Amino acid sequence: MPLPAASGVYCTGIVTLATQAEHSTTRRDFLYVATGAVGAVGAAAVVWPLINQLNPDASTLALASIEFNLANIPEGQSVTITWRGLPVFVRHRTQAEIDEAKAVPLADLKDPETDEQRTKPGHEEWLIMIANCTHLGCVPTGQSGDFDGWFCPCHGSHYDSAGRIRKGPAPKNLVVPPYEFISDTLVQIG
Amino acid sequence: MLTFKTIIAAVAIAAGMAAAPAFAAEGTAPPVEKQSWSFAGIFGTYDENQLQRGFQVFREVCANCHSARLLAFRNLTEDGGPGFTEGQVKALAAEYEVADATAEGGVRPAVAADRWPSPFATDQDARDANGGVVPPDFSVLAKARGIKDAFPWWITNYFTGYSEGGPDYIHALLNGYHDEAPEGFDLPEGKFYNDYFPGHAIGMGPPLQDELVAYEAGEGQEPVPMTVEQYSHDVAAFMMWLAEPGLVSRKETGFKVLLFLIAFAGLMYATKRKLWQGIEH
Amino acid sequence: MSEHSTYVPGNAAEKWLDERLPVVRFAKEHLMDFPTPKNLNYWWTFGAILVLCLGVQIVTGIILAMHYTPNVALAFDSVEHIRRDVNGGRIIQAVHSVGASMFFAALYIHIFRGMFFGSYKAPREILWILGVVIFILTMATAFMGYVLPWGQMSFWGATVITNIFSAIPVVGESLLQLLRGGFAVGNPTLNRFFSLHYLLPFIIAAVVVLHIWALHVPGNNNPIGVEVKDKRDTVPFHPYYTMKDAFAMVLFLIPFAWFVFFAPDILGHPDNYIQANSQVTPSHIVPEWYLLPFYTILRAVDFNVLFINSQLGGVIAMGLSMLALLVVPWLDTSKVRSGTFRPMFKWFYALFVLDFIALAYLGAQEAIEPYTTLAKVCTGYYFLHFFVILPVLSRIEIARPLPTSISESVLGKAHS
Repeated sequence: MPLPAASGVYCTGIVTLATQAEHSTTRRDFLYVATGAVGAVGAAAVVWPLINQLNPDASTLALASIEFNLANIPEGQSVTITWRGLPVFVRHRTQAEIDEAKAVPLADLKDPETDEQRTKPGHEEWLIMIANCTHLGCVPTGQSGDFDGWFCPCHGSHYDSAGRIRKGPAPKNLVVPPYEFISDTLVQIG
Repeated sequence: MLTFKTIIAAVAIAAGMAAAPAFAAEGTAPPVEKQSWSFAGIFGTYDENQLQRGFQVFREVCANCHSARLLAFRNLTEDGGPGFTEGQVKALAAEYEVADATAEGGVRPAVAADRWPSPFATDQDARDANGGVVPPDFSVLAKARGIKDAFPWWITNYFTGYSEGGPDYIHALLNGYHDEAPEGFDLPEGKFYNDYFPGHAIGMGPPLQDELVAYEAGEGQEPVPMTVEQYSHDVAAFMMWLAEPGLVSRKETGFKVLLFLIAFAGLMYATKRKLWQGIEH
Repeated sequence: MSEHSTYVPGNAAEKWLDERLPVVRFAKEHLMDFPTPKNLNYWWTFGAILVLCLGVQIVTGIILAMHYTPNVALAFDSVEHIRRDVNGGRIIQAVHSVGASMFFAALYIHIFRGMFFGSYKAPREILWILGVVIFILTMATAFMGYVLPWGQMSFWGATVITNIFSAIPVVGESLLQLLRGGFAVGNPTLNRFFSLHYLLPFIIAAVVVLHIWALHVPGNNNPIGVEVKDKRDTVPFHPYYTMKDAFAMVLFLIPFAWFVFFAPDILGHPDNYIQANSQVTPSHIVPEWYLLPFYTILRAVDFNVLFINSQLGGVIAMGLSMLALLVVPWLDTSKVRSGTFRPMFKWFYALFVLDFIALAYLGAQEAIEPYTTLAKVCTGYYFLHFFVILPVLSRIEIARPLPTSISESVLGKAHS
């Protein structure tokens, strides 16, 4: 029997055998192919869990969605909460801030979005955004900058009272996470 | 082949030699009676109803003194567990308060992701309230206890996969109390006499009594007896689940893996034989 | 060794590579064409099985290290976190802990195979010594790995075993503190054991390479112990032994999987599910089963010998028991390799296997009579076997006639 010339790794060795055993009977060929194929299936079944263990674990996933009570945030105040390990601004906006945000023409915006698109109908006073600057991820300072919104001290991005980018290097508005109101004072984020 | 034979003979002689002293060294405690568990054996799974009852016993009785710091409320909804709904668990969690440094007052109602709160703030509090001993945490307690089989018999455990020593011990312990210590036994003040506890003097008084926990039978279900025997079965099963929550999926996967390996070994053997055919060896 | 090579670079790229770094040629020579005696039995497959075991431990170990926290306050819970929350964590962790036991099962079979068939004899002494080095390194690795879950057995095992070093005269106490990084086993100990537990497998892998190198110089021993005479005695390693080894590996995985999936804790001790507590010693400390024979030897010396106290005596006995393995090529000087042709050796070998199993059994028993006396007897016999029986047998035994070659032996078997 001539020696197959290829890798010496066990599984591939079997497959190689299967492809090289030209002079053998068909039955032998079939046996080799079948063994190699079953071995390959087994190897794949072993590899998957070894990769899947890198995915977020059950304790992390359990915190993928959180509930937050808004009742204790007075008008004109913000809190920063943690969601999926990220800081999230929850701002109880004043009427002046809402009016100001609504008055801005879309043409003035770098990343055009209306105020309505960034809040929930009937709950316009609540602005909920991931607090990482869309430039390089710093946390902007609240109620500062040229547009009565947020100012990122790292590279000088200015956001308005709806968290939209107005000036500076950031390309996008502050990101609004998926959320919904369970009741007037309870939101579920994520 | 001779090496096989000699090794088998060696094992047999070693077994015979070791058996005698093993029996001689048996202590005075009555042997733990092994129970029948739904989760034993290669097809064993947890009984949802039993886990729910066991949880009830744990919650109403044990949890007053024992912590279970690795139990998260969400675990109660997970596959292979007691099978509570997410709504039930959410409501249950909200009844408890957990420490949270960011919350007002340092505590807030628990959510499903939180862990089961401990009955005592610190180990020292637990010790003070329990006669100087911290009641052991329940998280993996069912696997931290076991029973000792007499010499030759534990060998069979490797072939049956016997892993229920913990629940067997817990069940025996809960049923092993005596009102009075046997004559001549010097029971320290504040301790109780138990057949199965190492040293017999246990700090925990008999925690269960008949009718202590009110089981509600579901619609169309037979009422479950409200006896110490039944409670201890249920809570031991619950503790096993608590210690080994992935048991069901582990065995399911294992069954597939074993079938695959046996089939694959058969194929490999056929291939190997074909290959070696015609070579004198 | 290059005379075995039949490698001819197939194209210009292969030729280019071959002239610069002949890895393909090397692999072909050593993993494929290597002439291997054709009469190797299934006991010989355990070498390949051990490579599999080392691979499994390294892969699962690297994964566990991604989720484990080596800190006394967090270690126990982080292992439980792996079991409970990490995707597939219960299985991966079980493969690693059961894998340690399977590793040692294969290791002991491999060692005892070598002892029966005289695989340590010239010209394979270095091969054997490297094997003993791997064995000792593996025991050290396993011991440190067992400390990591930080259960009661972890902690007290670490305490007892590190205390061995305190037996060394004069420097013992200082050495002990140096090893532990403190006055008792604690966080620094756990941290350094984690670091070393991660390091040692790679050192083992390097010694395995040397071990295989040393194997490929004289070639394999074989069940009749008669050296290969010519090409008729051998077959190429691939596909014949790759296939046979692969089959044996799959067979080996069946009991492995049985333990992992159906009784992952049966090889461990329930006490290790209790978090480490420096205030309370478990009533009965037992090392993992694979260390038991040597643990028994350590405990067997409970008496002072002249100026050597019992503690140091135990340590010396345990050291000697491993030294005996290292020097066995020079203790057993019989010209006949294979036990098959040594009528007396065969029985003493069986007795030694029995003695070793008894040592393991006794290591798990409490230190009370009759176990303590039995332990002394078995320990004594262990040394008697190496230092008296083997040398004496080498002189007085008359071996059965040997076949002249492997081919003759297998033909004889086929016709009988």
